[in-house]
Amino acid sequence: METNFEIKIKPIKTNFYLNFKELWDYRELFIIFAWRDLKVRYKQTVLGISWVLFQPLVSMVVFTVFFGNFVKIPSGNLPYPLFVLCGLVFWTFFSNTLSFASSSLVSNENIIKKVYFPKVILPLSTVITGSVDLFISFVLLFIVGFYFKFTPSILTLIVIPLGYLISFLTASGLGLFFSALNVKYRDVRYIIPFFIQLLIFLTPVIYPTSIVSSSSKFLFVLNPMSAVIESTRGVIGGNLSVDFLALGTATLIALVIFFFGLAFFNATEKFFADII
Amino acid sequence: MKPIIEVNHISKKYRIGEKQSYYSFRDTLTDLAKSPFRKKSNKSEFWALKDISFKVMPGEVIGIIGRNGAGKSTLLKILSRITPPTTGEVILRGRVASLLEVGTGFHPELTGRENIYLNGAVLGMKRAEINNKFDEIVEFAEISKFLDTPVKFYSSGMYMRLAFAIAAHLEPEILLVDEVLAVGDVEFQKKCLGKMKEVSKQGRTVLFVSHNMQAIQSLCKNTILLKNGEINDFGPTDKVVNKYLNTGLGNMTMKTWNNMKNAPGNQFIRIKSAKIIDFSNNKNSLFTVKTPLQIEFEFWNLAPAKINLSLVLWSIAGECIFNVGSDSKSLEKGLYKSICKIPADLLNDNAYSIHLFFVKDMSIGIYNHENILSFEVQDVEREGNWYGKWIGAVRPKLEFNIEEK
Repeated sequence: METNFEIKIKPIKTNFYLNFKELWDYRELFIIFAWRDLKVRYKQTVLGISWVLFQPLVSMVVFTVFFGNFVKIPSGNLPYPLFVLCGLVFWTFFSNTLSFASSSLVSNENIIKKVYFPKVILPLSTVITGSVDLFISFVLLFIVGFYFKFTPSILTLIVIPLGYLISFLTASGLGLFFSALNVKYRDVRYIIPFFIQLLIFLTPVIYPTSIVSSSSKFLFVLNPMSAVIESTRGVIGGNLSVDFLALGTATLIALVIFFFGLAFFNATEKFFADII
Repeated sequence: MKPIIEVNHISKKYRIGEKQSYYSFRDTLTDLAKSPFRKKSNKSEFWALKDISFKVMPGEVIGIIGRNGAGKSTLLKILSRITPPTTGEVILRGRVASLLEVGTGFHPELTGRENIYLNGAVLGMKRAEINNKFDEIVEFAEISKFLDTPVKFYSSGMYMRLAFAIAAHLEPEILLVDEVLAVGDVEFQKKCLGKMKEVSKQGRTVLFVSHNMQAIQSLCKNTILLKNGEINDFGPTDKVVNKYLNTGLGNMTMKTWNNMKNAPGNQFIRIKSAKIIDFSNNKNSLFTVKTPLQIEFEFWNLAPAKINLSLVLWSIAGECIFNVGSDSKSLEKGLYKSICKIPADLLNDNAYSIHLFFVKDMSIGIYNHENILSFEVQDVEREGNWYGKWIGAVRPKLEFNIEEK
C-alpha cells in the first residue's frame, strides 16, 4: 500500500492562524458536532424546539413589564417591546454562543483525550446552534415588527448579515479565549454568567445609548455589540440611514477580539489533552 | 519500501502537576502565596517516555507490553497526535485511526443509528464510508432491533458491541489499539479477537497495546516491551513476552543493606533487608494470583521499646489495598526479623508497592519507608474462554457453592 500521505509529529507547533486546509478536511466532524448539539439540545423537554421562541418572547415580556412600564426607559420611536426584542435577538445569539463555546472543550473532554482533531472546531461549531436560534428569533422579530406596524427598511439586508458577522466574531473570539482558559481553570464556568450579566448592562439591550452621558459613550465604541444592536433598531424601525462608521469600527474591534482569542487558543491547544 | 511508522528519539515529559485533573485560580494563588519567590522546581518533572525509536513496516502487527506506567498509553497518544512529544519526531506514512477507547463521543441521548454517524465521524470516517458500512456495523453489533432507541437505554453489553462494531469497521492504513478486549462477554471477545485478526490479515498496520499476553501472542508477530518509559526489548513476540513474564521486570522484590550505617532508618530503627518470596517453594520469580507470598523484613532495633510493624499495600494506581499491623512486642537492642504472609487467592492481578511503618507503643510512628518493595501479580490461565480483566481491589477465593435443594 504505497501512499504519498505523510504526517510529521513534532514537539511544538504553534501557529496563530486558522489552518484552513485542516479545517476543510475535518468539515464533516464540524457539521456532526453542530448536528449533535442541535439534536441533543431539547431532548427530554416538553416544549422541545419551541423553547427557541419562548426564550426571547419571555425575556421581551419581562423586560417590557419592568423596564418599559415601571422604570419607563425611553425607547425612541419604537414601542418598548419591539425596542427590547431588537436588542435581544443579537444579544441572545451573542451570549448563547459565548457560553456554549466557553464550555465546549470541557464538555467534550472525553473526546479530546482519546482522538485527534483540530480542537478549534468545537467552540466554532457551537455557532451553528446559535445561528438556528437566531434565525427563528428574527422571524419572531419581523412578526412583532409587523404587529406594531413597522416595515423594515431596505438596509436590513446589509445590517443583519453584518451584525451576524460582528456578533459571530466577537462571541467566538471571546469563546475561544474562555474555552481554552476553562481547560486549565474551571473558574471560568462560574465567571461566564457574571461576565454576560455585566455585559448586558454595558450594552444597550434594554436601554438606548441616548440616555447615557457622553463621557461614558466611549464604552459603547469599544463594545461591538452596541453598534450591532443600535443599527438593528434603526433598520427595523424603517430608518434609511445607518451609522456605517460605528459598524465599521465594530467590525474592526470584533476582528481584533477574534484573532486574539484564536491566538490564545492556538498557543495553549497542544496541552489540552494533558491537563483537561 | 519505506517504513510506515518511523519513531525517532521520542521523549515525553509531564509535570506532575499536569496530571492533576484541573486547577482553579485559588490553587494557583495559594501556590503563589506559599512560595512567591521560588522558581518552579524540577522535582515534579516526570519522563513518561525516554528516547524511544523504532520502525514499523507496512502490514506489520506490533504488540506493545509493559507494566502500568511504563509509557504504553503515552506512546499511543503521541502516535495518534492527541498529545505532542517533548522532543523527537514521528513520521507516519498513512492515515491513522486510534482506538484508545471504544465508544468515544457516544451521546446517551442519541439513538444507536445517530451514534454510529457521530462516533464514526469522531473516529475519522467520512459520511459516505459510514453509509457503506452501516448495515455491516449493525449486523456485527447485533442491535438492529434497537437502532432507533437512545443508547442510554442500552444494556452495557449492547453499548459495547455497538461501540466496538463501529471501531472494527474503520479502514485506516495504521490502526492504534489500546486494551479494547478488556470488555464484553466471552462470545463478544472471541468475535473481537477474530475481527482484529481479520484486520491484520488485510495488510493493515496495527499497534496493539494490551495486558493480555494471550491476545498479544495470537495477534502480533513482533512485540515492544516498554519499561519505565524506555524500550527494553523489541523482537519476536514469544521471546519478548517470556522475558516480560519471567523477569518480573521493574519489580524490586529484594533489598539488603549489610552495613548498618548506610541502612535506611534513624536513631531508633535501621532496616537490614526486605524481600518478598514465593512461599510455595516453587521458587518462581513470577507471582500469580495463585501464589502464596511471604514478605520478610530484618531490622536493627537501636533503642529498647515496645515496637510493632505496619505494612501498607498500595496498587500501582495509588489505591490502598490494605494495611496490616504486626503484634506489638517489647524489644531490646538487637537484630530482629518479621514475617508477613499473604495467602494465595487474595491479591488480584496488579502491580503493587509496599510501605513499611515502625510504630512505638502502638501509637507513635518512629520510622516509615515508602515503596520498600514492589512486585507484580499476574493473572493465571482461567477455565473457559474469558480473557477480560477480573475487576476488584482484591480477588479472594470465598466459599461460594451451588447445592441441590
